[in-house]
Order: sequence, then C-alpha cells, then structure tokens
Amino acid sequence: MPNPLDSLAGTVILGVIATFVLYQFAAWLMGA
Amino acid sequence: MTVDYVPAISRWIHLLAGVMWLGLLYYFNFVQVAALKAAQADGSAGAIMKHIAPRALFYFRWSAVVTWLAGAALLGANFGNAFMLRPSHAVIGIGAWLGTVMLINVWFVIWPCQKKLIGLVDASEDEKGKARRTAYVVSRINVVLSFPMLFFMAAGAHGAIYFG
Repeated sequence: MPNPLDSLAGTVILGVIATFVLYQFAAWLMGA
Repeated sequence: MTVDYVPAISRWIHLLAGVMWLGLLYYFNFVQVAALKAAQADGSAGAIMKHIAPRALFYFRWSAVVTWLAGAALLGANFGNAFMLRPSHAVIGIGAWLGTVMLINVWFVIWPCQKKLIGLVDASEDEKGKARRTAYVVSRINVVLSFPMLFFMAAGAHGAIYFG
C-alpha cells in the first residue's frame, strides 16, 4: 500500500481525518 | 479605552510568526519538493539548495520558535490548564499540543536532516538519502498536524466548537 504522505492529496485527506478525530477527542475531554 | 497589552501584542506576534511558519511549511511541501524533483531532472537543483532552501529554512525554524513563545505568552496563566487539557481549555490545549509537537519536529528532526542536505554538516550520500526521506515524511506529518492545529486555534479563540 502506498504511503499517503507521498502525495499531496493523501496528505490533505489525512489532515482532514486528523481534524475530525481530534474533534471527537475534544468532545470526549469536555464530557459532551 | 484601555488595551490589555500582553495578550493584544502576543496574539498579533503569534499570528504574524504563525503565518510565516506555516506559509514556509506549505511552500516546502506544495512547491519546493516538486520544484526540486523537476530541477534535479535538468540539473538546476543546486541553485535552489544553495540560495533558496537555507534562507527559507532560517525563517521557517525561527518563526516556529517565535510563534510558540508568543502563544505561550498569550496563554499566560492558562498555560497549565491548556497543556493539562482541562475541560475549560481543552480546545486551545489540543491546538497548543499540536503546535508544540510541530515545533519539536522542526528543531529535532527536520532541521538536523536539512543541515546534512544543505551541507552545513558533513554526510555521506547514504546518510543524505536517509535524511532527505526523514525530513520529507516529518515535514508532511507537520502539514497533516497543521490542519487540526489551525482548526483548534481558531475554534479556541472564536468559539467555533459547540458540544452538547
């Protein structure tokens, strides 16, 4: 499987996914 | 009218330096990597590595430091609350942690690798190859981290996140 960091599109998609995951983490931290 | 000078000035500096840091991060990832690949094909990569990369790296790594210090000043008494991810400061705290990891990546991974690539430190071709790949991957990781980092920085200041 190619490394997604080897393409700009893969990097941007990972950034969006990371944002979503951390948003959920923030919600959990704040007890929401 | 009064101005609370420390947060006002530190936020201003934080934004100025942060724009420079991320602007150069995106320059490296969106422009220079592809440009070097093309330049290596026609033999003109030397000029980029000699004249452009060292200057870009100088402002890149120092703007990262200024951004972090101004951010720490802006957090002020809430520095601990943010980094402890206490619920009242969890949003800006996640942003602060992401920025801190990115700063560590710049100074302890990317810059030591780049010193080999621009010739400030002697390295064999094999070592340069490894340094090139490491710097590339970690720089890309910083681009990934910058997405949530900016989301949480803006959300922390502007109340863009509503839970519940």
